[in-house]
Amino acid sequence: MIESVQAWFRTLADTHPKWNFIYLYDPVQTARIGEGLWMTLQLSVACVVFSVLIGVTGAWLQGSQHAAVRAFVQGYIQFFRNTPPLIQLLFFYFALGQFTPTYSPDGWLEVPIISNVGWAIISLSFFAGAFNVEIFRAGIEAIPESTREAADSLGMSRLQIYVYVVLPLAFRVSLPALNNNLVNLVKTTTQAIVIAVPELLYQLVSIYNDYSTAQNACMLLMFVVYITLVGVLVLGMNRWERALRIPGYGG
Amino acid sequence: MRKNIVSRGLSGAALAGLLAGSFSGVAAAECTNDVWNQVMKRGKVVVGIKADYKPWGYRGEDGSLIGMEADMAKDVADAMGVDLELVPVQSSNRMQFLEQGKIDMMIATMSDRPDRRKIVGITQPNYYTSGTNVMSPKALALTEWENLRDKPVCGKQGAFYNKIVSERYGAKIVAFTGNAEAKQALRDKKCIAWVYDDSSIMSDLSSGNYGEFEMPLASEDDNPWGLAVPLAERHCVFGNFMSGMTYNWHQSGRLIELEKKWGIQATKYLADQHDRFVDWLAGQ
Repeated sequence: MIESVQAWFRTLADTHPKWNFIYLYDPVQTARIGEGLWMTLQLSVACVVFSVLIGVTGAWLQGSQHAAVRAFVQGYIQFFRNTPPLIQLLFFYFALGQFTPTYSPDGWLEVPIISNVGWAIISLSFFAGAFNVEIFRAGIEAIPESTREAADSLGMSRLQIYVYVVLPLAFRVSLPALNNNLVNLVKTTTQAIVIAVPELLYQLVSIYNDYSTAQNACMLLMFVVYITLVGVLVLGMNRWERALRIPGYGG
Repeated sequence: MRKNIVSRGLSGAALAGLLAGSFSGVAAAECTNDVWNQVMKRGKVVVGIKADYKPWGYRGEDGSLIGMEADMAKDVADAMGVDLELVPVQSSNRMQFLEQGKIDMMIATMSDRPDRRKIVGITQPNYYTSGTNVMSPKALALTEWENLRDKPVCGKQGAFYNKIVSERYGAKIVAFTGNAEAKQALRDKKCIAWVYDDSSIMSDLSSGNYGEFEMPLASEDDNPWGLAVPLAERHCVFGNFMSGMTYNWHQSGRLIELEKKWGIQATKYLADQHDRFVDWLAGQ
């Protein structure tokens, strides 16, 4: 069965030189796609988790009594929100990468402790995290002052109020906007190609450069994979939104 | 009677029209010369060349595209009697630009490969050749390709030999989108070598900016370069015109002259082609 499908695509490549689905019959190319997909998944999951953590922490620090802390968070948001993610990737990898510790396996090579994959995760998480801080702030500001005062009068500390009262309610308000930002984040992982992170786009571009007849087939796969990936994320977020719904609260 | 003549005349005209139509139909299936005609109509040819491949195609101090391939493009425009517009292209998008009509033709340091001939109209004869080599630090003193096994080697997205070097010698290719990023990564010691065309590495080394680097290996996979017109016009006016241009460039020694002008080390290939296409009446 598989052989006949492979044979069919082999013939298709011969008769239609622009539709060479090489990754369906050449195991080497299939493996490259697999590696790229795995890297994209790792990047996406790591960045989504870290950026949400950054968002939650940043939003809490924004309510700090210390002006210096508030100014620091504001500075962070302005820096990461106002520069393109592509520039951030290049800056982190090529500029900051020079100042991180390295080890040398052969006396010349300087392998940095933080690899290009590491820098991509750091850079993209901080980029999306800056937006997430603002998204959570919007949610927090939607919580009525009276709710907070009620918790305060029960003797809860600032952290307790944030973790047990404000955040659970604010999270529900923030989810639709968070959903948007995380979808964007998953799509932005493709930009890691500029620092040669071997994610899906990198592998597909490499394949259609090695086999120029495979270009259309690679483009097609790219669309299918990203539509699926983002579709799964959106589906998951929507289900979460529904599961967290409190009847009578919010819209 | 009169009606009869008119109708006979009409049917005759229809028949003639039908015949003419069928003939032009046959011609249309083979050579429409769309791009060529469009170039002539707008009085300007758009040529894709490299912008990061000194001294073939690169940006001069004023930002304009110059180099050996820019001069070749100028020769083409002059012979066609039209203006020239140069568009910068990259290894990973040059064929797509030509396919989509963003450029009318390209002279962009492209190796002539069988799978590329299926996508763009690469014309004969080839105008240059280069092999694959690496630029690596003198400190490492590489001696053979096997030294690259399992080591990170910087490369460029879109070069056909990335695959060959990783399959044949087990090098771990880290491919960047641009030459600048890849060479920066080499200087930052993120890889042990930069694999690229020997001709380009040679001109980088002679620029004096790479004092602690060398090109230590024997060049491999010598591969002629091809300029390209749209695939559909490979055997039509445009393709035949470019074959003629290239033939005359070789015969007149124009390419050898340009090679000298841009400070490129003289290649045996151009000298051989010059001899091969020598005019038998020359010097008589």
